[in-house]
Amino acid sequence: MSGPIVRIEGLSKRFGAVTAVDNVDLDVAPGELFALLGGSGCGKTTLLRLLAGFETPDAGRIFIDGQDMTGVPPHLRPVNMMFQSYALFPHMNVAENVGYGLRRDGVAKPEIARRVGEALDLVRLADLGQRRPAQLSGGQRQRVALARALVKRPKLLLLDEPLAALDRKLREGTRFELVRLQAELGLTFVMVTHDQGEAMSMASRLAVMDTGRIVQVGSPHEVYGRPATRFVADFIGLANIFERDGSWVVLRPEKIVLSTERPALAHTTAGRIVDIAYEGDRSLLRVATDGAVLIVSALPDPSHQRGQSVWLGWEPGAEHAVIP
Amino acid sequence: MRAIITLPFLWLGVFFLLPFALVLVIALGTNAPDSVPPVALGFSLKSFTLLFTDDLYLAAWLTSLRIAATSTLVALLLGYPMAYAIARAAPERRPLLLMLVVLPFWTSFLIRVYAWMGLLDENGLLNQFLRWSGLATDPGTILGTEWAVHLGIVYAYLPFMVLPLYAVLEKLDAGLLEAAADLGARPIQAFLTITLPLSLPGIVAGCLLVFIPAVGEFVIPDLLGGTETLMIGKVLWDEFFTNADWPLASAVAICLLVLLVGPIALFQRQQARSLERHL
Repeated sequence: MSGPIVRIEGLSKRFGAVTAVDNVDLDVAPGELFALLGGSGCGKTTLLRLLAGFETPDAGRIFIDGQDMTGVPPHLRPVNMMFQSYALFPHMNVAENVGYGLRRDGVAKPEIARRVGEALDLVRLADLGQRRPAQLSGGQRQRVALARALVKRPKLLLLDEPLAALDRKLREGTRFELVRLQAELGLTFVMVTHDQGEAMSMASRLAVMDTGRIVQVGSPHEVYGRPATRFVADFIGLANIFERDGSWVVLRPEKIVLSTERPALAHTTAGRIVDIAYEGDRSLLRVATDGAVLIVSALPDPSHQRGQSVWLGWEPGAEHAVIP
Repeated sequence: MRAIITLPFLWLGVFFLLPFALVLVIALGTNAPDSVPPVALGFSLKSFTLLFTDDLYLAAWLTSLRIAATSTLVALLLGYPMAYAIARAAPERRPLLLMLVVLPFWTSFLIRVYAWMGLLDENGLLNQFLRWSGLATDPGTILGTEWAVHLGIVYAYLPFMVLPLYAVLEKLDAGLLEAAADLGARPIQAFLTITLPLSLPGIVAGCLLVFIPAVGEFVIPDLLGGTETLMIGKVLWDEFFTNADWPLASAVAICLLVLLVGPIALFQRQQARSLERHL
C-alpha cells in the first residue's frame, strides 16, 4: 500500500473578502503524525475543517485514501476529528459518548461494548465509563474525546489543538501519550497547533502556514535548521535574522559561542551584555554588537553581568540564508 | 433587606392567599339567591359532591384537558421549527425575529381574540376570501366550533412555546452537531440524538406554559367556541354569572387549582433542575 492517505490539490477557501486557505497543495503519507503549524488566522483550522467536510472548498480537491472527497458530507468521510473544545455530548455518559459513532454505524451491542472498553483502556479511563462529561477533569475529558475519535479506527484522525485546553503540566505528558498512541495504532494523525514546541516535539513532518498559504513543509529538523523564509525562521524557535550583502541570514542563538576572549572562529564580533534571562537549563542573553542586538543561548554562568563586554563567534556553517 | 423580602410575601398573602381562603369559605357555604352576596356561610360539601356526581363537570374537565393537550401539541409542532429557525438565524437578525414573536403582546389579548371572530365569522374575512377566490362556494363556519378554540389557543399561546425553546436551542453548541456528523450521524440522526434530547428542558417548559393556562382558559372558548364546546373555565363563568351559584363556582375554581398544582409543581421542579445543571 503506497500513495498518500491525504492529497490536497490547489485547495482554496474564502470567507467574504478573506482568503482563509489559498491554493494549498499537500500530501500526507500513511502513518505520519503531521502538524499544521501557524499563528491564529493563518488558515490551519480551516484546512482541517475542509478535510473533515465542515467547510466546502471554493477551489481545488481533497483525496482521502485515493477517493475524491468533493461533495462528500462529513458523516460519510473516513475521518474522525478530535475537537478543540472536545464537543462531548453532555447528556451521555463517557461510554455512550465513545460508542456514539459505532451506534451510528449499526454495530452490534456486544461488539460496541467491547470496542468502547478497548478504547477506554487505551486512554486509561476504563473505570469512568458511567460518568457524565461534567463530572470529569479537563484531562479526562480530553482523553474521552480522543477515545471517541479513535474508536472507529479512522484512516485519518484530525486533531484540532489537542493540547490547548490542558494546563501546562498535563500537556507535557499528553504529548508523549498521543505520539505513543499514534505509533501503536499505526494511524495517520493530522494535527493543528499554534504551539511550535508542540509541533516540533510531536510531528514527524509539519507544514508552516501563513495567511492561508503553506510556507514550508518538512521534518522538524529541516524546518528548524533550514527555514525557507524569514517568517519560518522567526516563527519556529528563536532566531537572529539580519541582512548582509543584500541577503538575509538566520543565526540560531545556540550556534553562537560566547566568551570573554576573542574566539578562534570564522565570524567574531565584540559586544556588551544588555539583558540576561535565566531559564534554569540555559540563559538567554541579549548582546549589543556593532550592527545589531543578538540573542545568544549559553549555559548559565553567574559571572555574566549586565554591561559586561564579551566576544561572540560562530562558524560559517551556523548561518543559513533565507528568502526575505 | 428584610422589607424587600417581606413585601412579596405580604403581596402574595393579601392578594393571593386571602382571596383563595375567601373562595374556599364560599365553596363550603350554600347558595342563597336572595341575599347579597348570594351565599349562606356554613360547612357544606354539597357543591363539591355535585361536582363529582353531575357528569357535566367531569365532561367539561375532560374537554378542557383534551383541547389543552392537542393545542399544546400543535403549538409544539409549530413552535419548535420556529424557535429552531430563530436560533439558527444570523445573530444580528435574531432580535428582530424574537420581537416579531412577542409583538402580539403589544395588543390586548381580548382584542386579538375578537379579531379572530372577525376572521372566522360566517361572513368573516376567511370565508369572503374563499368565496371570492372560488375555492369554496359554500364554506362552513369555523367560528363556534372546537376548531376555532384550538386555533385561538395555539395562536394566543404560541409565544410561550417559542421563547423557552429558543432559549435552549440558542445555547446549543453547534460543535456538538459537527461532532455527531463527524462520527457518522446523518443530519436527522444528529437532530434526534443530540438536538432533541438537549432541548428537552425547553420542550417541557414550553408545553407546561401553554398547557396550564390553556386548561383554565375562558375567553377563547367563550368567544370563539360554540355552545357545545364546554371548557371548565367557561363552566366556572356560567356558574358564577349566569346561575349566580357562588359556592358551586368556587368549588369549580378550587378543583381547577388543585388539579393544576401537579403540572405546575412538575414545571417548577424541572426549572430547578435545569438551573442546577447550569451551575
